Amino acid sequence: MNISSEGKRAVLSFQDFSFQYRSQAEPTLQHISLTIYEGEKVLIVGPSGSGKSTIAHCINGLVPHFYPGEQSGSATILGKELSSLSIFELSGMVGTVLQDPDGQFVGLTVAEDIAFKMENDGVPQAEMAARVAEAARAVDIDTHLEASPHFLSGGQKQRTTLAGVLVSDVDILLFDEPLANLDPLSGKTAIELIDRIHRETRKTVVIVEHRLEEVLHRSVDRIIVIGEGRIVADTTPKELLSSELLRSMGIREPLYLTALKYADCVITPEMNPQNVAGLAIEPCIGPLRAWYDSLPAAQRPSSKQAVLELRDISFSYDDGKPILRGVSFQVGEGEMISIVGRNGAGKSTLSKLICGFHKPTSGQIIYKGRSLDNDSIKERAQCIGFVMQNPNHMISKTLIFEEVALGLRVRGVPEDEVKDRVYEALKVCGLYPFREWPISALSFGQKKRVTIASILVLNPEVIILDEPTAGQDFKHYNEMMEFLLSLKARGVSIIVITHDMHLMLEYAERSIVIVDGAVKADDRPADVLAHADIVEAANLTDTSVYSLAVRAGIGQPREFVHRFIQQDRRERAR
Amino acid sequence: MKVKMLAYTHQDSSIHRLSGAAKLIFFVLWSVTAMITFDTRILIAMLVCGIVFFRLSKVHYRDYAFVLYLILFFFLLNHLAIFLFSPLEGVKIYGTRHDLLPIIGRYVVTSEQLFYQLNIALKYLTVIPIALLFILTTDPGEFAASLNRIGVSYRVAYSVSIALRYIPDIQRDFQNISFSAQARGIDISKKEKLFKRIKNVIGILMPLILTSVARIETISAAMELRGFGYKSKRTWYRGRPFGAGDIAAIAFIVLLAIGSAWLTFHDGSRFYNPFQ
Repeated sequence: MNISSEGKRAVLSFQDFSFQYRSQAEPTLQHISLTIYEGEKVLIVGPSGSGKSTIAHCINGLVPHFYPGEQSGSATILGKELSSLSIFELSGMVGTVLQDPDGQFVGLTVAEDIAFKMENDGVPQAEMAARVAEAARAVDIDTHLEASPHFLSGGQKQRTTLAGVLVSDVDILLFDEPLANLDPLSGKTAIELIDRIHRETRKTVVIVEHRLEEVLHRSVDRIIVIGEGRIVADTTPKELLSSELLRSMGIREPLYLTALKYADCVITPEMNPQNVAGLAIEPCIGPLRAWYDSLPAAQRPSSKQAVLELRDISFSYDDGKPILRGVSFQVGEGEMISIVGRNGAGKSTLSKLICGFHKPTSGQIIYKGRSLDNDSIKERAQCIGFVMQNPNHMISKTLIFEEVALGLRVRGVPEDEVKDRVYEALKVCGLYPFREWPISALSFGQKKRVTIASILVLNPEVIILDEPTAGQDFKHYNEMMEFLLSLKARGVSIIVITHDMHLMLEYAERSIVIVDGAVKADDRPADVLAHADIVEAANLTDTSVYSLAVRAGIGQPREFVHRFIQQDRRERAR
Repeated sequence: MKVKMLAYTHQDSSIHRLSGAAKLIFFVLWSVTAMITFDTRILIAMLVCGIVFFRLSKVHYRDYAFVLYLILFFFLLNHLAIFLFSPLEGVKIYGTRHDLLPIIGRYVVTSEQLFYQLNIALKYLTVIPIALLFILTTDPGEFAASLNRIGVSYRVAYSVSIALRYIPDIQRDFQNISFSAQARGIDISKKEKLFKRIKNVIGILMPLILTSVARIETISAAMELRGFGYKSKRTWYRGRPFGAGDIAAIAFIVLLAIGSAWLTFHDGSRFYNPFQ
């Protein structure tokens, strides 16, 4: 058995390991050599398609049992060859928390979901109740044991799954993109919980995630960077953050480090760069202040002619429970705004009211000075487009051209005009070269663009997008957002419903914060985040750039954030 | 949309305490008995028992009101249809004819027809409360456990529970898909011609099926990762042993079924005939 220099036992070991899915032309993992020791907390990062999820699948047995393929080299867990173990045998050693909190909640209630693994192991009923109660307490879900999943938030569902894993004594806890579907505060809480469980149980923890800064909210022992199926780095957080590797790999570095680099500070491991609170900031204070003073003062975006206006909108379903209460705001021409708030605050109901899927109980929606009250869903779609989070919910044709043409054809537009308009929309979305392709051959991000093209083709002046960057890595995030900026430059107003703090901060001109069905704030994103009470009420988190400014003793940290964003946007546009 | 209709609610009553398997057996035998017999005496006795059970269960009227109206509507429709299509069915069955009210042509209200339709009505009224009770008082988690207890494979039994778990999610997907289709101008409301409407609905079903298949893949991976389907037996968190109440309920329904069968068939006819 493999023993480290400090005498720790290896629990996971890959030696010259390669894997190729049956459906793929090339190996997804190539010559991986990696050892993880008992009690370690390891983060595996990498862009989409790098193979980081495949490593997770190898550890829990989904590869090769659920997703078959060819492998070479060796991979062992607790000294046993992985390929010789069934998923069931592995489920006693590795507990997995998947990224979709909804899909993996298989029980009808919290208690049943936690008990699921024990039921399958044949644990006697009397013993189960006590163990369920104990595991539920460990993750703070014990007050919801009888709740059904439809009444739980994403974070609560994830905690339930974690309890279901803790309930049987596994050696390794594996988290596959635990932050993907959570709002910022729930994500932060999840990272704190994982850290607490790690310290209390001393189990080996492996986290696969591309959101580095969020995971580093609590310390990890090691970070492994995967790129194109190979291990690019296997090092400590301090070393990694002091290198230029992250940028070249297309992984977002922590925002405060970006700010420090703009100020020409050199990041070294001795500075403890892994989080903003522990950073040795003294040598950087001078350069940061000088950089701040050299930047022009942030300008308020000029107010624009309103295209869309909501006046005192209230809404409740038939049961009378209010979902929205007196919501009013305006969207200017060519403006990008973000709507933020915790799950269930009423954000998606709001977009459904604007599109006419539901009728408001009271209040008016005004488009260019005209009330939309009597417009049908179909009529509204010509001025306001709605792009859903999951592109698969929108796509009903097999060919790209057909899909984009659909909305025009049902409106009886002549065929040659259809062709011109579809080509135009495809060009705007960068899909023109693929116009004859089947949609199934496209990546997730490209599918998303097809749905945007199918909305754009109707020439709406307002587009509402629900989580346009969900599930996408930094590179695809950038591409998507720069693309939306180009639409904005054409005069299209964009409303983005999002949980992504980076998106809100970096791209939105204004943020509308919805709390319990009412508008809690309507202001520049950095100003919204400067109010602790709003941040808390909407399950947001503040930005590390703000914390950095406070630590550097800058008098107006909020202004610092504004100037940072202005500078950052100039750098990105290059 | 959170519509809680015709769903299990957690309550404590003698009916709720019965195990799911006992309730299933009871419901099936009860329905079969009510379907077979046309003996008015038995049906009335069963109706009285049904109402008593319903009172015992303490279920709230609001939990089933909508469904009850729906059933009553179809109930009336059904009766109208019977009379329209076969106004003299009762005469044929009972072999006598007592005219009460001639309407037009062959449409004459007879005592025999009224009695025949009364029996049909009684059948409805005996089955409805027990069917509602079964749905409203059976904990779905426990139901899967008891199906397994009476010999159904746990893989099949659990699929019942999984279906109940994910139906609301699929409903929500469907709503989202249909909204986005409508926004693009695909109309599935009555305004559209029938053929076009069917075509449009199929267009919506495609993405629904594809997303549901993707969902099933996630669910089955999650279930396998937690050891489902490997062992030949499993235990149930919500499982409940058979109690005295369960045995009493099953004994009651078996005796009722036998008694009813004897009373119904001993004279060679399914119909109780007061006219002879």
